[in-house]
Amino acid sequence: MSLKESSEAIFSESPGKIALRSLRKDKRARISLAILGVIVFLSLTAPLYSHFIAHTDPFESTLDATIMVNGITTPVLEASTTGLGLGITPIGPTWNLSHYFIGADSQGRDVLARLFYGGRSTLFIGVSSGLLCLLLSLLIGIISGYYRGWVDAIFSRVLDIIWAFPVYLLAISLSVVLLTSGLSLGFIHLGPGSFALPIFIIGVVYVPYIARPIRAQVLALRENDFVRAAVGSGAKNSTIIFREILPNIIPSLMVFIPIIVALSMLTESALSFLSIGVQPPAASWGTIINDGLGLLYTRPMVGIAPGILIAFTAASLNLYGDAVRDALDPKSRARGD
Amino acid sequence: MLAFVTRRISAMIFVLVSISILVFLIFFATPGVDPAARIAGRNADQETLAQVRHSFELDKPLPIRYLSMMRHLFVSQDLTSYVNRGAKVIPQLTQAIPATLSLVIGAAIIWLGLGIFFGIKAASSRRKWIDPTIGFLGIIGISLPVYWLGEVVNLFTQAKLHNSVFRWVPQLGYVGITDNPFQWFLHLLFPWLTLAVLYAGIYVRVLRNEIRMVMSEDYIKTERAKGASETRILYKHATRMSLITLVSLFGLDFGSLVGGYALLTEVVFGIQGVGRLTYQSLQNFDLPVIMATVMYASFFVVFMNALVDVLYAVLDPRVRRV
Repeated sequence: MSLKESSEAIFSESPGKIALRSLRKDKRARISLAILGVIVFLSLTAPLYSHFIAHTDPFESTLDATIMVNGITTPVLEASTTGLGLGITPIGPTWNLSHYFIGADSQGRDVLARLFYGGRSTLFIGVSSGLLCLLLSLLIGIISGYYRGWVDAIFSRVLDIIWAFPVYLLAISLSVVLLTSGLSLGFIHLGPGSFALPIFIIGVVYVPYIARPIRAQVLALRENDFVRAAVGSGAKNSTIIFREILPNIIPSLMVFIPIIVALSMLTESALSFLSIGVQPPAASWGTIINDGLGLLYTRPMVGIAPGILIAFTAASLNLYGDAVRDALDPKSRARGD
Repeated sequence: MLAFVTRRISAMIFVLVSISILVFLIFFATPGVDPAARIAGRNADQETLAQVRHSFELDKPLPIRYLSMMRHLFVSQDLTSYVNRGAKVIPQLTQAIPATLSLVIGAAIIWLGLGIFFGIKAASSRRKWIDPTIGFLGIIGISLPVYWLGEVVNLFTQAKLHNSVFRWVPQLGYVGITDNPFQWFLHLLFPWLTLAVLYAGIYVRVLRNEIRMVMSEDYIKTERAKGASETRILYKHATRMSLITLVSLFGLDFGSLVGGYALLTEVVFGIQGVGRLTYQSLQNFDLPVIMATVMYASFFVVFMNALVDVLYAVLDPRVRRV
């Protein structure tokens, strides 16, 4: 970029536009968005796949069905031939998209169809709890950073406590208690199978990790001259918060979003793996890994495939997060990041 | 300095007490949750429920139950399990601690080693492909679910290949270091590596960015102008400065390990440590055991946090006045 061009860029474009343009040019952002797009598309069209292509209901056990593979009638579930012969071995991958592409689980359900449906739960919970976490953090971070004093003291102590409470232990404790009976708060009753519970639990446990940096940023912003000028000109607190403070926090929020969504998604699948996240009959990638546990040595695909999807999604989100961070921080490009 | 340490310790105690109250409330005061029903089983009648309430002291007011549990846990140390009546909780915990400590310390050594080595390599290598490759591996590392990675490792080491390449890998489980140091090492090798992958990914990324950042500071330019060699600048200045960030990160990560990823790793590899103990007691609602393990895990976090703060105060006197 020549000097003339760059000076034009500075005067004619807002920082947001500059960042957006460099993000568009970023190869990492393109690749990760493409991968995410494919995964989101497949998850959203899960009913279409299972209805029109696989012709199966991924939530219904099919214990004595048979299918045709290469002209041979094959049962979906077979009595186990290894060990004591007590268990059952589901059909392995047929590599045929119209039935059991990567095999069946121990209840004879099509794993690929379940994977797509599982993606819906995992992505939905990951995104919702990530956004919930961001919203709570923003609220707490701005209020305690802006008003300081005793409000800040109370919020900071609460954050200290959640911070010191190991994330997984807190999430597991809440899940164990809430998932057995649901949560009833007066007129609100959330059933044990409700997605609201894991969303709420995961949304809360990561709040300190985001709220603390936001609070620190607000504290620093508050001392800036433009905020003082607004205070001096008699602007209302709400005006200052929405017009002066919030726009300056948005870049860090943009960096946090992909990371916190990835983190929430990984937490959801871990909880579901421990069977205290998404509850049957619903499926998520974590519950499918759990389903695959018992089949690990006979039909490893059941447990491995969802993990690959989780890893791909999380890696894309993290890669995209890196691209956003670099786009918003021109200094990092100067460093050659 | 003394005032700083005192203040830090009282904050620590405040947080620990709050956590114990929080755990207690989660299990006993969540609206719509009846612990007696959990303990008595699904189809218990009213009489059984009343009996359970009485024998587990669930009919007493909350504050009294809380204080009694804390007294049994910390003062007389004879807290007993809800599930195996009469089984003491503290010995169960102390038996599980060596396995957990072995797991987390070994994994920490591996991830610090990998993280520092590859972090410096990525930040300093002149070959163009090295930095993006290490960065990519780092992203993969932080994106793999640790329990799934453990399953995949088990699939390789315990299934078909167990008869050929991985013949030397023992069955899942844990052997004490005092019983047989060699078997201890063999049993923990794969759990260590599995647990270390995630954090190695994080540390590579953090260290690389820190070094790059320090390298663009003015005093590094001054060093260059004075004619210091690149190696000296990299190790004596950039890496040393960046390691301070790494120390504080390490304190937090290591502290939260016991109640976090170590728990998942222990469950997957069948290591009878604090994490697996917590997991089992969560499944059958054994609150005294949960209380003890959560207190232990939180103590670990709070202690490591405080240690980092004190280390910082030693390194940087300005912090003491804050």
